[in-house]
Amino acid sequence: MQRAAEPAAAAGLRSHSEMIAFAAMAAVLAIAPFLAYPIFLMKALCFALFACAFNLLIGYVGLLSFGHALFFGWAAYVSAHAAKVWGLPPELAILTGTAAGAALGAIVGALAIRRQGIYFAMITLALAQMMFFFAVQAPFTHGEDGIQAVPRGKLLGLIDLADPTNLTMYATVLVIFLVCFLLIYRIINSPFGEVLKAIRENESRAVSLGYKTERYKLVAFVLSATFAGVAGATKALVFQLASLTDVDWPTSGEVILMTLVGGLGTLFGPVAGAFFVISLETYLTTRIGQWVLVVQGLIFVLCVMVLRQGIVGEIARVLRIKL
Amino acid sequence: MFELLGITPQALFGQLLIGLINGSFYALLSLGLAVIFGMLNIINFTHGAQYMLGAFTAFFLLEYAGLGYWWALALAPVLVGITGVIIERLFLQWLYKLDHLYGLLLTFGLALIIEGTFRNFFGSSGLPYSVPPELQGGRNLGFMFLPNYRGWVVLFSLAVCLATWFVIERTRLGAYLRAATENPTLVRAFGINVPRMITLTYGFGVALAALAGVMAAPIYSVSPQMGSGLIIVVFAVVVIGGMGSIMGAIVTGFGLGLIEGLTKVFFPEASNTVIFIIMAIVLLIRPAGLFGRTA
Amino acid sequence: MKSLLSLIALVTALGCASAQAQYTDGIIKIGVMNDMSGTYKDLSGQGSVIAARMAVEDFGAAAKGMKVEIVGADHQNKPDVGSNVVRTWIDTDKVDVIVDVPTSSVALAVNEIVRDKNKVFLVSGAAASDLTGPQCTPNTIHWTYDTWALANGTGKAIVKTGGDTWFFITANYAFGLALERDTAAVVVKNGGKVLGQVRHPFPATDFSSFLLQAQASKAKVIGLANAGADTINSIKQASEFGIVQGGQSLAGLLVFITDVKSLGLQIAQGLILTEAWYWDMNDANREFAKKFSEQNSGIYPSMVHAGVYSAVTHYLKAVDALKSDGDGKAVVAKMKEMPTNDKLFGQGTVRADGRKIHPMYLFEVKKPSESKGPWDMYKLRATIPADEAFRPLSEGGCPLVNKS
Repeated sequence: MQRAAEPAAAAGLRSHSEMIAFAAMAAVLAIAPFLAYPIFLMKALCFALFACAFNLLIGYVGLLSFGHALFFGWAAYVSAHAAKVWGLPPELAILTGTAAGAALGAIVGALAIRRQGIYFAMITLALAQMMFFFAVQAPFTHGEDGIQAVPRGKLLGLIDLADPTNLTMYATVLVIFLVCFLLIYRIINSPFGEVLKAIRENESRAVSLGYKTERYKLVAFVLSATFAGVAGATKALVFQLASLTDVDWPTSGEVILMTLVGGLGTLFGPVAGAFFVISLETYLTTRIGQWVLVVQGLIFVLCVMVLRQGIVGEIARVLRIKL
Repeated sequence: MFELLGITPQALFGQLLIGLINGSFYALLSLGLAVIFGMLNIINFTHGAQYMLGAFTAFFLLEYAGLGYWWALALAPVLVGITGVIIERLFLQWLYKLDHLYGLLLTFGLALIIEGTFRNFFGSSGLPYSVPPELQGGRNLGFMFLPNYRGWVVLFSLAVCLATWFVIERTRLGAYLRAATENPTLVRAFGINVPRMITLTYGFGVALAALAGVMAAPIYSVSPQMGSGLIIVVFAVVVIGGMGSIMGAIVTGFGLGLIEGLTKVFFPEASNTVIFIIMAIVLLIRPAGLFGRTA
Repeated sequence: MKSLLSLIALVTALGCASAQAQYTDGIIKIGVMNDMSGTYKDLSGQGSVIAARMAVEDFGAAAKGMKVEIVGADHQNKPDVGSNVVRTWIDTDKVDVIVDVPTSSVALAVNEIVRDKNKVFLVSGAAASDLTGPQCTPNTIHWTYDTWALANGTGKAIVKTGGDTWFFITANYAFGLALERDTAAVVVKNGGKVLGQVRHPFPATDFSSFLLQAQASKAKVIGLANAGADTINSIKQASEFGIVQGGQSLAGLLVFITDVKSLGLQIAQGLILTEAWYWDMNDANREFAKKFSEQNSGIYPSMVHAGVYSAVTHYLKAVDALKSDGDGKAVVAKMKEMPTNDKLFGQGTVRADGRKIHPMYLFEVKKPSESKGPWDMYKLRATIPADEAFRPLSEGGCPLVNKS
């Protein structure tokens, strides 16, 4: 898939723009809750992480997963169940949810990696739909009602996340997001990441060089599913709710939209895309809620036809920096 | 033996027949997808929405033009097929040179637009469309009461599927199509208008979806969401059958309908996931699909 | 069609009455949230906003010096969308009471939030009987109907009129299973027998296989323990297979007048169902229906709309008596203390567990030949008196009910 061309600048200059952008992003997010509604910001952060996880797969390995909501939603369910029924503290609940995401990633990945390109997309979609139907019927998910009234608990036994101003929860979510973001950055810019990019560019050549590409793809898939799991598990605590919407195909479509709008294969694209789409949806829901689907579709079409690099991708291309 | 399974042979045959009827829809839709994919190498996510458009066109024709089912059967596929041609000319033709995933994303976006728009105007309990008077009622086959309309569905779908197969595999036009799939440049060199063939093929695939929609209108609810759930199941059907062959799509469609029908008898709670489970198994054993050509 | 409606406040001409009242922000803000674009659009949708507006006008809020504003929103049948809207409404827009909310999963989520923030929740659209059971709160009143009342009405009344063998077609998820369980219990308790059931996946499009199984069971009554599109499809396909002509009756356990309208009398005739209110039962209802339909594109009011009207009327009475709307618990306590009386539901009460009590009615769908108008669809088969219509207070499991 097309992505922002790597500028031929010196290696040092390359990471400069990313570091500056990261610092700016962290700073803005740190003061944001005092300017905007914290719940909205937390939702955007969870989805931003979800989009970054998705982008790991499509932007750097070239695999389009159409069923990523599976990992997001099921991690949310497991995390909610852990917090509510097992009474685990929030940090363990999130970890449990993440583990569920990783485990599902391993299973789905093992099945889906067997095919390429379009088939891969359809298989992930079909498997996600199967797990959606399973979620409807499984007793522990409470079907349509979802798992409600999930307690936020006390982080590390000390910090009360149920604080009505939402600031402690926000700080937690922000830290999780930034840490995971850095981890993804580290994965991409590592020998492992280089092999992934090689596979994306020309898989047969990578194979001929001796790399076991199937294994690399599977590991990348599991990593992507794991980070999606972190996003889902955290979201369950933020909204104190895990519902069918999280595992349904429109959510898979949403994360694709966010990454597409932001810019596939860019570091900050998914974040920008997530904030953009969530803002748009929030704005529209209370005004013309029923047109949300149409607007999403229009943006898809627009991006595919004229804005293939996405917002951040275009900015990066024009300024000749790496984002 | 049958008593052991908890069901009488009559009831079983009845359920199998029902399964075959559902299989007709799977077959028609996966046939459309296979034809489009074979020619354009694009997965038409909009297929579900176009199926829905077929049903709605039938409803509109009846509501506003007083044209009944038989008219709709002929007109709706043509009308929706024309919208397909427009989509191909406006959007798809620019994407052939790109990664095929962009085609999937575009058709996904179009599906959202179409479904979203219809939901706004028709998002209520579903619109009424009745079985045409000539096909109402049914006959008692001894093991079950078969509504005439459902019998018609099976026979007509089978006819359409076989006709399509015949055209593609056994006629000159079909030969051109297959050749153009393999080597479009060479075929163009022979003076055949390949871009036009591609456009018409897409239109034809879309028309098949719309035809399925018209046939579904009297028995399933005509609602904006009728396509989106179905299309994902059809994707699974297509993965199982492999997109290499037309006959494969037809056989898999009917076959899976039968299996789903059986599941509804013995294990009804799993009947909407059985096709996905089969897909997972097929992927493990034969990743290219049952009739696929490349691994 | 706008999903956000602002009713401009009715300004008081004389200021003295309002000087005494302590309303938050000086305005009583009513939030009507429901499905404005999907399956329940006709059942609730914009109609509920209209019903709320009519209640405010009929109450004469202006003359009493009360400024009332009504806002509406679409929850799209999703608990996360619904809870987001309600949170924003309460935190940012100072909404005092949430009304309607069909789709039980959303209602349960809103139930929690409203309790945490001490506002008022008047449920008209949702069915979950848990709202007056384990999930009851001092801030919520469940107004129009619930699954227990429907199961009891339909199940008991049908068994008593001879329909004593049942077969269930159930949607295999929490809601459908609960509906089946409640109705089966009522059937058995009243001397009937459940011959079998088949659980279909939710959602499903093709019911032919399940209908065949129901036919084979030879049960006198086929209970449809599902809702929305599933129910409509089941009924439509049942007519295709000649189920009713073959002598079995269909009992819809959650069917609304808008569903029957969408099916048409030809297909739905003979269907038995329970509702809390029907427009053609008396003159007051008919007059309301006429006025309502003129504002609602010709669509007649459902029991959900009537419930919204009734609930908002009683709410305004309570708020007027207290001269304040800030403390949700206090307002609801007042609503439980005062008996209800409005032109649509007549006299009734609100119980300690938040359950509004009124009679329920068993209807049968008319044959096309019996109907004299586009919305003339039901004939009354039985009335379930108010004291029998709802689950007994002691059986609910509501933690609020253990007064000595």
